[in-house]
Amino acid sequence: MSRFYYDFHMHSCLSPCAENDMTPHNIAGMGSLAGLDVMALTDHNSCKNCPAFFEAAPVYGVIPVAGMELTTAEDIHVVCLFETLESALAFDEAVDQRRMKVPNNVRIFGDQLILNGSDEEIGTEAYYLPAAADITVDDAPAFAARYGGVAYPAHVDRESNGVIAALGTFPDTPGYLNAEFYDQTKREGYMELYPILREKRILVSSDAHRLTAIRDKSVWFDLPDGAESPEEIRAALFNVLRSEKGGRDTTA
Amino acid sequence: MTVKEFADRFGLKPLSLPEPDREVQGGYCGDLLSWVMGRAGADAVWITIMSNVNTVAVASLSDVSCVVLAEGVTLEDGLIRTAEEKGVNVLTSDKPAFTLASEFGGAV
Repeated sequence: MSRFYYDFHMHSCLSPCAENDMTPHNIAGMGSLAGLDVMALTDHNSCKNCPAFFEAAPVYGVIPVAGMELTTAEDIHVVCLFETLESALAFDEAVDQRRMKVPNNVRIFGDQLILNGSDEEIGTEAYYLPAAADITVDDAPAFAARYGGVAYPAHVDRESNGVIAALGTFPDTPGYLNAEFYDQTKREGYMELYPILREKRILVSSDAHRLTAIRDKSVWFDLPDGAESPEEIRAALFNVLRSEKGGRDTTA
Repeated sequence: MTVKEFADRFGLKPLSLPEPDREVQGGYCGDLLSWVMGRAGADAVWITIMSNVNTVAVASLSDVSCVVLAEGVTLEDGLIRTAEEKGVNVLTSDKPAFTLASEFGGAV
């Protein structure tokens, strides 16, 4: 087995709430310093900085994963990860049709910058990205799966936009395979309260909105040896994410 | 006032009405189900825009007399069946929660 340190929840300067120095190069560079092997970029309801992140990440030896933090109709945050950049961009287009189109007030919410692979601004997103999309928390996994993606509830241990806060418990349906924790130390307490979480593969990620919030390597997944290229490693990773949590979980 | 009388009086459309003769008493507004649990009293009218399956579960758990879905929110067919099976009355209205609460105020 080979061990990969990961962080699957990061915001770039495209998310209004993230700082503008969260550029693809800065994120990948900081991740590399932190010892991360695989990083997913998950802006609110958009994958439009993923192409730049895919150009930047290899420069620092980081394997990029294209993603999005979807805001469901219930205002629940769901992380969606994609095996390829192309499928993430197709998903982005589909979500675009279903977003609530509220103009972004930059002064209040912050910039929504789209960058190229050299960290240069090539556009801005006009509508406030974190507003709810017309996709329910029940439909999100199937919706993402149409694009080969895997979806799971973000920061279930947080009051704001966490699935447990919104729904009162971790829902039986639609049978999420994975769940994200923001704070590793809260895992056991939540497992006691919501035993269904014991059936889920737990992914811990930083939800970084600023560079200093990117955490030093601490959580990992083990993949069978043989995956060498970024494509092979992503394929092996998605095999894990799409499967039921095994008796011997290979993430920690 | 019963749920049936309440629905008729305020022009609320029943989606699920397995217990039309329950008495309504008091009310609660809220969409975060973790807040609603333990706060919405028994027999209350609960106004919300949340239409997840857990809305039905929390309504049942809290023993509210009915759920009123605001802003034209409805339940999908499968959920209507679940509500009927669990004995949860669900009504819907096109009006926003504030307007509904103002109208209900004093009556329940």
